Amino acid sequence: MTKSILLVGVGGQGTILASKILTNGLMEAGYDVKMSEIHGMSQRGGSVSSQVRYGEHVMSPVIEKGKADIIVAFEKMEALRSLDYLKPDGTMVVNNVEIPSMSVITGDEDYPDDVLEEIQKHVSAKVVDATALAREIGNERAANIILLGTIIKAMELTEIDWDSILEANIKPQFLELNKKALQVGQNAVNA
Amino acid sequence: MKKLMTGDEAIARGAYEAGVSYASAYPGTPSTEILENLSTYKEIYAEWAPNEKVAMESAIGASVAGLRSMVSMKHVGMNVAADPMFTWAYMGVNGGNVIVTADEPGMFSSQNEQDNRNYAKAANIAMFEPSDSQECIDMMKAAFDLGEEYDTPFIIRMTTRVCHSKSIVELSERKEVTPKEWTKNPGKYVCLPAIARKLKVNLLERMKKLAEYSETSPFNRVEAGDTSVGVIASGICYYYAKEVFGDKASYLKLGFTNPLPAGLIKDFCASVDKVYVLEENDPYIEAFVRQQGCECIGKELFPAMGELTPDVIRECVTGQKAATIEFDKEKLIARAPSFCAGCPHRGLFYRLGKRKDIMISGDIGCYTLAAGKPYSAMDSTVCMGASISLGAGAQRAFNMKGENRRVVTVLGDSTFFHTGINSLINTVYNKSNTVNIILDNRITGMTGHQDNPGTGYTAKGEETTAIVIEDLVKAIGVRHVFVVNPNNLKEVDETLDHCLAITDEPSVIITRWPCALKKFSKEDKAEFDSLFVTRNKVVSEDCIGCRACLKCGCPAMSYDKESKKVTISRSMCVGCDVCSQICPKKAIVKEG
Repeated sequence: MTKSILLVGVGGQGTILASKILTNGLMEAGYDVKMSEIHGMSQRGGSVSSQVRYGEHVMSPVIEKGKADIIVAFEKMEALRSLDYLKPDGTMVVNNVEIPSMSVITGDEDYPDDVLEEIQKHVSAKVVDATALAREIGNERAANIILLGTIIKAMELTEIDWDSILEANIKPQFLELNKKALQVGQNAVNA
Repeated sequence: MKKLMTGDEAIARGAYEAGVSYASAYPGTPSTEILENLSTYKEIYAEWAPNEKVAMESAIGASVAGLRSMVSMKHVGMNVAADPMFTWAYMGVNGGNVIVTADEPGMFSSQNEQDNRNYAKAANIAMFEPSDSQECIDMMKAAFDLGEEYDTPFIIRMTTRVCHSKSIVELSERKEVTPKEWTKNPGKYVCLPAIARKLKVNLLERMKKLAEYSETSPFNRVEAGDTSVGVIASGICYYYAKEVFGDKASYLKLGFTNPLPAGLIKDFCASVDKVYVLEENDPYIEAFVRQQGCECIGKELFPAMGELTPDVIRECVTGQKAATIEFDKEKLIARAPSFCAGCPHRGLFYRLGKRKDIMISGDIGCYTLAAGKPYSAMDSTVCMGASISLGAGAQRAFNMKGENRRVVTVLGDSTFFHTGINSLINTVYNKSNTVNIILDNRITGMTGHQDNPGTGYTAKGEETTAIVIEDLVKAIGVRHVFVVNPNNLKEVDETLDHCLAITDEPSVIITRWPCALKKFSKEDKAEFDSLFVTRNKVVSEDCIGCRACLKCGCPAMSYDKESKKVTISRSMCVGCDVCSQICPKKAIVKEG
């Protein structure tokens, strides 16, 4: 059975690195894996998404609406935007971060203050403060790996040797930080 | 060895394994990473050409001289390269030659979604359509071998989802290919009318042989299953179809799609109760199927635009959508891409957008984002290099109508080298009076920082002659040429005033400041003083909350509703100083 993982966020949040590590781990574990990303205009502060599918034999690299087993949103508004991609009984993890879009900055739109409530109305989303947790372990930029940790836990992929996957994909000076981040992420969805 | 690769990486890998020695390209989403990856193989000479026509011609030259060569481009790039391509098909190859086109159903980063399979048919060039990364490798290798056997260049037609999706591939060794000998052969390579008439006969003969190959090609295969439904599909649509129909259908998977296999298609259609043709954009296969007298269901049911993803197919076939969570869409805010913090386009467009009685003729690049809020500083965008020539036409029309409206054209450095230069020659030669702005951010920005003729570096990172835009513009014959710092709003305003006052001649303004995301070269560091080493901050007591600064559209700035003050993100700000020049209270200052 093919599983579908959707990572959404804002350009620059590190969704691409997180999905790279995830897909390499899945491949090493013997799964067939496909991943789809849209590059280009979206890099300039726009919405970004990585679609990861794995199983015995994966056909389409894209996830259909209503078919994601788990969505991990690196930003609140992007969580809401992606909600109709989630299976009605799927898992939603939201990083409790608000990044204003240009329309908010220029005052053309207001960022609503009840985004999490709107999400919680429909699914029991797991809210994680990955940026704050990353700050606690020494670097805000590790938030993406903390969020990767939540996926690993929620999708029961903890048996994979993630440390060696991290070693192959992360610069040595950031390795310990990211190993810790991955553990912090797993613990965050345990609680 | 197994590896996860995007289609673009796999095309480069396939080229490497096929013994390709020469590659040229112009960057364009979603094709850019092909040449970027090719340039990492030491066995392959890889270069960025100023445009796709030049890239195509260089690759033709390398093939004629005896090497396996390739050229890659986004779909609209093939329009630029089409002139040499059509005649190249007549000539046939010496070293194998592959032309990769990356089409964009869905228009994620493009101005149209033309279906370049039509080019293969129109130019009589053999074509492959890969469905995943492994096929990218396999088809590249086959294209070089078959191309040399049948004496034809090959088109490989990719789409965004094939280019940018990763799947698992098996890597092989590089095949060492002995370069072909070059011998004088005007009967093959000099397309004079008398010679071209003979070559056309060869070309038509070759297509007949390729049509026979198509019938037995391993890339065209039937997967017999349930005969109630038959699906004919190519490219990514094959996997989309498998996702939807699974084992409840038979499939004719087409990988070699010009010429199409008439016999195979007829036999397949006869073996199933009904046939769906699944393809994105144009009814390319469908038209051929119908031409063979076969009934099929195609564009009357499936859309002729956008992606044909599984949910689209499912809804067309069953009329049903998957159950989804319904939520209050009113709560969504738009998140369009915008200029980065420190983007050197910001200062110019912030000021240009405030000008009255002008038409701004734009072009293709990051700066196309100036069309949107808060700048509203672009009135037309067509294709690479069009800003200057479209602007000249519009200016002439306004002049002929007796209107005072002035035309300002804007394009980037790489776009200027691409085809803008021809347009500027036209502007000078035909005595236009446009104001032309070249946004020289020292890199090809939108596609992710590729070098170009102005940067002083090649695709392989070697130092080369940097073409100086102001010298070039002057050599063309423009007499009013100004180089300005776009982060200095006063300088921008004064130069615009000056150039708009010149009514009888064209002028050129070069806004010169590097892209904030660029990896600065030693030349950049020497030329530009204190390059993004400072930050701006708001002195909170002095901020009156008027929000004037926010109208420069900087993502590093935000307004706090409670304190009614603006703040600047320390992690994002790079100290370009545009906002501080806007603040009426001088509340934005520099910090080290």
